[in-house]
Amino acid sequence: MNAVFRISGAGRLSQAKTASFSFDDRPYTGIEGDTLASALLANGVHLVGRSFKYHRPRGFLSAGAEEPNALVQIVRDDARKTPNVRATVQELYDGLTANSQNRWPSLAFDVGAVNDIASPMFSAGFYYKTFMWPKWAWKDLYEPKIRAAAGLGVSPDKPDPDHYAARYAHCEVLVLGGGAAGIAAALAAAETGVRVILADEQAEFGGSLRFESGARIDGQDGYAWAQAAIAKLKAMDNVRVLSRTTAFGYYAQNFVGLVERVSDHLKSPGRELARERLWQVRAKRVVIATGAIERHMVFANNDRPGVMLASAARTYLNHYGVAVGRNIGVYTANDSAYAAAIDLKKAGINIAAIVDLRDNPAGPVIDEARALGIEINFGRAVVSAGGKLRVSSMSVQPKNGGGERTIPVDAILMSAGWTPSVHLFSQSRGKVAFNDETKRFVPGTYAQDCVSVGACNGTDGLAASVDEAFAAGAKAAKEAGGKVGKGAKPKVDAGESWSRGMLGAAPGAGPGTTVKAFVDFQNDVTAKDIRQAVHEGMHSIEHVKRFTTNGMATDQGKTSNMHGLAIAAEELGKPIPQVGLTTFRAPYTPVTFGSIVGHARGALFDPTRRTATHGWAASHGAVFEDVGHWKRAWYFPKAGEDMHAAVNRECVTVRKVGGLFDASTLGKIEVVGPDAAKFMELLYTNPWEKLETGRCRYGIMLREDGFVYDDGVVGRLAPDRFHVTTTTGGAPRVMNHMEDYLQTEFPHLNVWLTSITEQWAVIAVQGPKSRDIIAPLVEGIDMSDEAMPHMSVREGRICGVPTRLFRMSFTGERGFEINVPADYGEAVWEALWAEGQKHGATAYGTETMHVLRAEKGYIIVGQDTDGTVTPNDAGLDWAVGKKKTDFVGIRGLTRPDLVAKGRKQLVGLKTKDPKVVLEEGAQIVADPKQLIPMKMIGHVTSSYWSENCGRSIALALVAGGRDRMGETLYVPMPNGTIEVEVTGMVFVDEKGERLNG
Amino acid sequence: MLLIRCPYCEEERPELEFRNAGEAHIARPTNIAAESDDDFEKFFFIRANPKGVIYERWRHIHGCARFFNAVRDTVTDKFVMTYKAGEPKPAKLPGASK
Ligand SMILES: [Zn+2]
Repeated sequence: MNAVFRISGAGRLSQAKTASFSFDDRPYTGIEGDTLASALLANGVHLVGRSFKYHRPRGFLSAGAEEPNALVQIVRDDARKTPNVRATVQELYDGLTANSQNRWPSLAFDVGAVNDIASPMFSAGFYYKTFMWPKWAWKDLYEPKIRAAAGLGVSPDKPDPDHYAARYAHCEVLVLGGGAAGIAAALAAAETGVRVILADEQAEFGGSLRFESGARIDGQDGYAWAQAAIAKLKAMDNVRVLSRTTAFGYYAQNFVGLVERVSDHLKSPGRELARERLWQVRAKRVVIATGAIERHMVFANNDRPGVMLASAARTYLNHYGVAVGRNIGVYTANDSAYAAAIDLKKAGINIAAIVDLRDNPAGPVIDEARALGIEINFGRAVVSAGGKLRVSSMSVQPKNGGGERTIPVDAILMSAGWTPSVHLFSQSRGKVAFNDETKRFVPGTYAQDCVSVGACNGTDGLAASVDEAFAAGAKAAKEAGGKVGKGAKPKVDAGESWSRGMLGAAPGAGPGTTVKAFVDFQNDVTAKDIRQAVHEGMHSIEHVKRFTTNGMATDQGKTSNMHGLAIAAEELGKPIPQVGLTTFRAPYTPVTFGSIVGHARGALFDPTRRTATHGWAASHGAVFEDVGHWKRAWYFPKAGEDMHAAVNRECVTVRKVGGLFDASTLGKIEVVGPDAAKFMELLYTNPWEKLETGRCRYGIMLREDGFVYDDGVVGRLAPDRFHVTTTTGGAPRVMNHMEDYLQTEFPHLNVWLTSITEQWAVIAVQGPKSRDIIAPLVEGIDMSDEAMPHMSVREGRICGVPTRLFRMSFTGERGFEINVPADYGEAVWEALWAEGQKHGATAYGTETMHVLRAEKGYIIVGQDTDGTVTPNDAGLDWAVGKKKTDFVGIRGLTRPDLVAKGRKQLVGLKTKDPKVVLEEGAQIVADPKQLIPMKMIGHVTSSYWSENCGRSIALALVAGGRDRMGETLYVPMPNGTIEVEVTGMVFVDEKGERLNG
Repeated sequence: MLLIRCPYCEEERPELEFRNAGEAHIARPTNIAAESDDDFEKFFFIRANPKGVIYERWRHIHGCARFFNAVRDTVTDKFVMTYKAGEPKPAKLPGASK
């Protein structure tokens, strides 16, 4: 198909390099350097989308990142179907496939467009008012339907196959925006020798020099100067130049997030290239040179395809060599649209008429337009655009009313003026100030080390912008430690300058209720909607925004915010600054999840910790459970066993013979130093000074408020050395807690703390045969009951490697915990397993560990306690040193509430029906017949089937529990109330004889 | 992400390496067991939560692991200064007008 709107001799692209692409399955040809937008326009295609709410046909409004309408789906393959891509920034590559969105069955005939006819129903606040009742229907009925009908693109349904890179960078001067001002600032800063980063969202640098045909700098065409300056900057070692890179977020302390689109413009990127790269830049100084965005005119049907910003049409002509029509109308309230008309006229395009809302403007561009024979109408308004799928005419009226005249056109260029892009400045927490004369918000009070230059600072004119930017770049570099630069300031020989314009609704924007004069194209917000919001009581601009959704779409109101504000202000009868501006938030333009996530996905999302015996357990059929970051063997099913059968077998075997259990994940901290015992006295409730070397003690750690924080067995290896164990989940916070006290409250103590969790693999061997299993492998340790009683620790060797051998038990059986250097963990486990096999021992997992300890009433901190449990509540008062004068928590324990009667205490529960296993977390009541809501007196903390007891067992926190022994309590459940009896916490071997059995 | 100067490492490091540890200059009483209920409440539960300058503790947990003190403005999130644990509350803040 011929690109009939490509003007030979216009633009900067080489016509020879063609690229084929398709849009809605139709093939087209563009040329290299095109955007999808310019390529479609070259082929005369304006209709590219349907609007969000009314499904109105839409074309291109802009030629850049502010585009609200031309959102398409780019399809590379089955998994790569990117929705909501702005066709105005998507670079063309050979083979590009794009589809329109939000239309069915086709773009030209869209059933959803019935919404446009029914639009009085869909006015501002429609969603809030209409779908209020019944309550259930929102989630199940209304929301799914609304989401299906009012949509943008379709999310990909397969995992993203691309990868995303991330970089951190530091620099002295970061320049955001690579137009004339940004380049001038970068040149000045770079000359001083400091590190400079210059970033621009476009594929090529130059900003508005892409369309400013009259600009001349240093004797060259403006755009050519920009390319030469960029080449110079790229050649400097201290400068990093990033194109296709958007500064999307400005955070504290000059921390700026940039996203670089690395390969979205390439035909076949290949696996080695990331799709995008996230730059997290820390800059000493930031120069913001983000330019300005042209505003549209707000009049009836201003959304018809072919109605676009004047600067966009100029960009398509001067950069891409594309005319957006053959017979073009212009509607403006400031000078800049004249420049577009002049350029197009000179390229041989007919300008049907310029309609200027101003009464008697004067100036060189107006003279030039007139000299070219263009019809100019002052003091008139375009009150509506004709046509549906493409604009076909414009209706012109004197602005104060009068005879209407219809002029046939195939495009309308509009300009209401320019809005400085203060987004990043505002994100930096800078406060904008309203300039009443020029009717615009410009940077006011700065909050960070940054400076705005050029159009985004409200500076009018190329020469003034370049001067300001060059000076600011040099100053920023000097403040950041640069030398005095010797580079020459670029000299602007010719440039354009305009300001002013209008804000708010033009005469063709109502007040009729069926007039659709769009303020926000993407969210289908009209001037009428804003007025209605004010009438309905929304007096804050933030409320107006939320009620109408003005400025809330993916374009974040880049073209609509000021118009919306002005209409609201007029309706409220208040000056604009009093109504205020809505908050600018990151991201400036949409950012992919991929670029934020980077490499942190799949296996790299979160670390997985595996113990030394993980491989053995896996090869022996273990089922694993996640405990924090750890993978722990949960149970070891044999062929044909379900979890229940496996756990029953493991539980019985351990008590009958013995079992091996990997306890490596328990936290381990070595407390070493001359004051180690003193430190332990302060951090734990128990007494430690008199604990003999070689003996162990169960320790309880409290917080200062008196509640149990952690527990574990502590072995004294030497007078100045303790081997402390913590809960699996508590290891890091216990270490932090200890360090905190050591560094800040007890710094006089000479103690060193070392986390040794990963250094030692721990194999628990428990059961009557445990000593028989271990003894053949141990050297240098007398394991007799006399030499090594329960709760003792010895150092020696096992299987020829060093060991810290604890005699301790978390099962109630004779038991040992063998610490060996982690690298030997698997080998020692294998040796122990071989010995165990001779006796018929089993490997067991965490589930059996839990059951066995519950049978003995051993608590698990964090399961049977919840941060509001004292040692006394847990039945552990014996572990609190009564003669001690200080330890962390000693004062908390005497707080009135902690010594009050009726506190919840840990007790055992037996269901009246032994087969019934309670649910952990189930609530307990004294009287099941009381009215709902019942008074709950406690809850079940641990509950299991105990094969050893032949019944269910449970632990529970119950108010005044220890005074309720033998009492019947009730656990109301959805399918009936369960009767339970309050018992002691020990269900097996109450006397503890099996510890030596 | 903030940059925080660790007074032990003597350089600015990214916030990711640090962890906040609550208000600073709240000393644990030497004879804590003898504290009245009111005094214990003040020591353990009551915190200033100011709008503006706050004195707080941070730990360079993924660095030198030391606890230190910082002066930060809760409105601007700016760190005024940092100093070592045990050093007194600074009498005068750098850059403060009065
Ligand atoms: Zn440090």
